Amino acid sequence: MKSLCELAVGESGKIKRVLAKENMRRRFLDIGLVENTLVCCVGKSPSGDPKAYLIRGAVIAIRSDDCCDILIEEQGMGDCYGSNT
Amino acid sequence: MGLTHSSTGLGAVSSELVIKRNGNERVIAVAGNPNVGKSTLFNAITGMKQHTGNWPGKTVANAVGFYKSEKHSYIFVDIPGTYSLFAHSPEEEIARDFICSASSETVVAVCDATCLERSLNLVLQILEIKSNVIVCVNLLDEAKRKGIEIDLKLLEKRLGVAVVGTVARKKKSIKGLIKRLDESVENSKKRAYTVVYPQKIEEACERISTFISPKESFNARWAAARLLCGDFRVLQGFCEQEKLTITEATRQVKAELEEEGLNEQKCEEMIASSVVFSAEAVCNGAVFETKKKYSQRDRKIDKILTGKAVGYPVMILLLLFVFWLTISGANYFSEILSFLFSKAENFLNEILISIKTPNEIRSFLVEGVFRVPAWVVSVMLPPMMVFFPLFTLLEDLGYLPRIAFNLDKPFKKCKSCGKQALTMCMGFGCNAAGVVGARIVDSKRERLLAIITNSLVPCNGRFPAIIAIISMFFVAGVGAFGGLASSVILTLVILFGVGVTFLSTKLLSETLLKGEPSSYTLELPPYRRPQILRVIIRSVFDRTVFVLGRALVAAVPAGAVIWIMANVTVGGQSLLLIAADFLDPLARLMGLDGVILIAFILGLPANEIVLPIIIMAYLSNDAIVDAFSVEQMREILTLNGWNSVTAICTITFFLFHWPCSTTLMTIKKETNSLKWTAVSLLFPTVIGAVLCITINLIARAIGA
Repeated sequence: MKSLCELAVGESGKIKRVLAKENMRRRFLDIGLVENTLVCCVGKSPSGDPKAYLIRGAVIAIRSDDCCDILIEEQGMGDCYGSNT
Repeated sequence: MGLTHSSTGLGAVSSELVIKRNGNERVIAVAGNPNVGKSTLFNAITGMKQHTGNWPGKTVANAVGFYKSEKHSYIFVDIPGTYSLFAHSPEEEIARDFICSASSETVVAVCDATCLERSLNLVLQILEIKSNVIVCVNLLDEAKRKGIEIDLKLLEKRLGVAVVGTVARKKKSIKGLIKRLDESVENSKKRAYTVVYPQKIEEACERISTFISPKESFNARWAAARLLCGDFRVLQGFCEQEKLTITEATRQVKAELEEEGLNEQKCEEMIASSVVFSAEAVCNGAVFETKKKYSQRDRKIDKILTGKAVGYPVMILLLLFVFWLTISGANYFSEILSFLFSKAENFLNEILISIKTPNEIRSFLVEGVFRVPAWVVSVMLPPMMVFFPLFTLLEDLGYLPRIAFNLDKPFKKCKSCGKQALTMCMGFGCNAAGVVGARIVDSKRERLLAIITNSLVPCNGRFPAIIAIISMFFVAGVGAFGGLASSVILTLVILFGVGVTFLSTKLLSETLLKGEPSSYTLELPPYRRPQILRVIIRSVFDRTVFVLGRALVAAVPAGAVIWIMANVTVGGQSLLLIAADFLDPLARLMGLDGVILIAFILGLPANEIVLPIIIMAYLSNDAIVDAFSVEQMREILTLNGWNSVTAICTITFFLFHWPCSTTLMTIKKETNSLKWTAVSLLFPTVIGAVLCITINLIARAIGA
């Protein structure tokens, strides 16, 4: 299984496990990062980290350090321009 | 729409929530996710002028406003945006506490129509606590453009509470909301949607809630679910005995769940997932997307503004462009204003002479009380009148979070986070606002870093002075390209300030505030088209009020003090000269002179008055009468020994010295610690002094 931070721009994946630590796990739950959510990597900052992810209609920047323990199931090149429900 | 009068200066300090009720007003909380337009809606209803802008986290404190409909009186409370009711950062805690407290009778839950499912996640959590909720689906215009259609009637049926669609930017659409609000306070009986948890969790909640004695406006089932997730703060307000019983019961239930393989973490995940999936179910069939790929345009803009090769250059070019427009635009206003003020001064003089005012009093009034504020207005106001609307346009467009996104990596290297860049942007407007804005930073250590380093970014009281000195000493004779040359130099000065911010953050992280960078999530909102004309009118007006206010409050007394110091003599020397002579050795070492240093000290209440005080102090020794134009000011400064080294050192000290008294008060309030206030005062001052001395010594060594 891949982790979220390994997604390249344009690729998408389905969340399988969120293994992040206490505070971060809560944040992820808040923004709707729960099992079976489709996530797409839509961009990255000039230095490559953090990356921006489309999560349930919102674009959210997350650092690689913080989302490496989110396991996903790859979905290949996804539709990263909305309507991903 | 940008920083406003009430969110900067002293307004930034007094951010405590005081709800004054004088009768039967109903208290309405305006809640919702960050950046869904709560403040815009709040302003539209109450006619207030809260800071609005297209980035998550700019509302960091509650604000109160009033509205009277035909039937009822309301007190609206604008609360910071939050993704959920599990508080993380101080501003989210403020939001949660207010929603949960009994003081808010009705909650208007504002949703983003373009991202409804995520918004409903919070709405469903609010419905778990409160039944008197009105769901307000905002940004319908934006949704329409993106081809998103929402069946509001179906939503209302499913949620069991009133659902209204609004476009908060257009005041007309507020009517529907007010109508439903009137209806809901008259008839509060509701059967709102309840999120159903998995069987095991439901049973556990049931068992715990039997121990919680029923209370008004307190939902025992919700509290039980929070307890299962280990959040014991919900028990605040219960007596010790009851707390013990409930805690004990919770422990037992949890132990049993754990035996079945459901630990606290798993429970929390199940509860959160239930809410998320319920939101999904509520939206299913009620939200239609007619256009595919609606955010393609945003991603294309992102490629330019945050792209690998172009992200940073575009950022610097934008800064340069904004400064270029500011400087060339400001020249216009400056010329008009200085003409008007010198006419006004002559006029004032003549009147005072004609009514036979004694000479001393006339001089005190004209050269003291009138001149300093007049200079403040003519030098400081014009750049602000151009800069602020431009800055606000970028803010409304949604560029600020992109800056934070771009700069996160460099900040992470300094063990902080990109959100510090947002507080710096606020600092451009007003350092006090920047300090309050630091509440968006979750980790306490990083918040302190943002607060202490905030004044390294020149606020609007300082960079007009920097512009003035640049145009006096460095671009004379460049001719038509003067404006461009000034803006290049100013950009370099600001970038230097930003560079020092990075170094200081790193230095503080290795010494006083040791620690590792915490985690970071930041929403990048969709780009929105700013309401250009409204922004320009509003922010020009607002800045004018702000600068005039500061000019009156700080510059009039400062003008009076400096006049007295220059005219009261002890042993044949004026107090001003004595004080200047005393400070002179230190000031000379820093490449300044005694007068400049005195001006900085007297400028503690407001940096706007520093340059006017310098000029006025020099004038008290010379015979030049009229000095409202840049050219005349340059003459006065050079007559008093200024050269390019003095100018560089003064600019450096403008960039790095103590924060103004308002900012210091704000820091004291935000950190609640004298120690950190002192650090924030000394840190930039030491940087400034050391840099000035170094520059001066190098200049002397090379014989400049």
